[in-house]
Amino acid sequence: MSLYYTQKLLYQLNRDPLVQRRLRDDFEGLLAEYDLTEEERSAFRARDVGLLYVLGVNGQLLMHYGALIGLEWSEYLEAMRQGVARHGPVRAGLYAMTTAPAR
Amino acid sequence: MSTVFVGVCSHGPGITGRAARAEPGVRDEFYRQFGRMRAAIEAQKPDALVVVAAEHFANFFMNNMPAFAMGMADYYEGPIEEEAWLAIRRTRVPGNAGLSRRLIRSILNEVDLAYAEEWKFDHGIMVPLHFLTPRYDLPVIPANINCQGPPLTPLHRAWAFGEALRRACDEVPERIAVIATGGISHWPCTPDSGKINEKWDREFLRRWSLNDRAALVSYGDEETYRDGGQGGFEIRTFVSAAAAANGGRGEIWFYAPIPVFAVGCTIGVMNLA
Repeated sequence: MSLYYTQKLLYQLNRDPLVQRRLRDDFEGLLAEYDLTEEERSAFRARDVGLLYVLGVNGQLLMHYGALIGLEWSEYLEAMRQGVARHGPVRAGLYAMTTAPAR
Repeated sequence: MSTVFVGVCSHGPGITGRAARAEPGVRDEFYRQFGRMRAAIEAQKPDALVVVAAEHFANFFMNNMPAFAMGMADYYEGPIEEEAWLAIRRTRVPGNAGLSRRLIRSILNEVDLAYAEEWKFDHGIMVPLHFLTPRYDLPVIPANINCQGPPLTPLHRAWAFGEALRRACDEVPERIAVIATGGISHWPCTPDSGKINEKWDREFLRRWSLNDRAALVSYGDEETYRDGGQGGFEIRTFVSAAAAANGGRGEIWFYAPIPVFAVGCTIGVMNLA
């Protein structure tokens, strides 16, 4: 797991318009520059906020990314819940869910 | 002395971005108290506003994370977030590099402070500015305490930073207003967003109002994480504001949990000693 580089890509995406342009125009080239696992790459390709959440991405990075890809607030919260339902509890970091997942 | 104002406020992005979803009565009273804070700052005719923030990876990342940083530029820009999401237009905010340099040189006597000649504001600074200097006509000097990427600086160092900031502001001829911005308990950006530990918040604000250093710096990070969530680490900014009040006592002008804003919304002002 290379959570650090997953978060670094999100950090740069969230703050840099040039990196945001590459998200549109050269996505695979951008991904190749970061030391990511296949699961992490798949999460970026699918814009899977739920999986990124479970991988342990810092919530502030994830929230800004959610806004960047156009997720409305309720959709963003639901994406995280769905991620936990599909992939299990958050694996790392400080932003674990403290309430019981919906059944 | 030229520290003319010290206060604290919340900064959650929902405060502007999700305004329409809040219960109007409590929301409007919160905004009214923000307006009162703006009037109190303007009445002091400040030359600059220092914002002690807890930023969220707009500038500083785990490749090179300063415990403390201060801006040293003639302008800044923000927000980094999508404008529609935050409901704040992207803009350029004036700074004052020369004043920053003098403050930083002074603070360095006490606290090892990083400086930054460029700085992009996120919601943590833009939301307070939206209410407190909405015309962006007051030079802003951003400061940051790392509250996001552990290891985090201990609370007694946040206190030391606030003391050093106060001394530095008192040494310059300019009139400086200081606000510190953070959450008390909250679990932001998680599926628990909206969870708020009001009892914990009110006890923290009681200690803050008394400006009780020993009680304020006694919170351990494990206890804060358990009772106040990861957002609770931002009490560092409030602790620094208490120190900057130099023994003055605080008044809470507003506190109410507003779940859709994801935080116990707070406006507090120190009576300066």
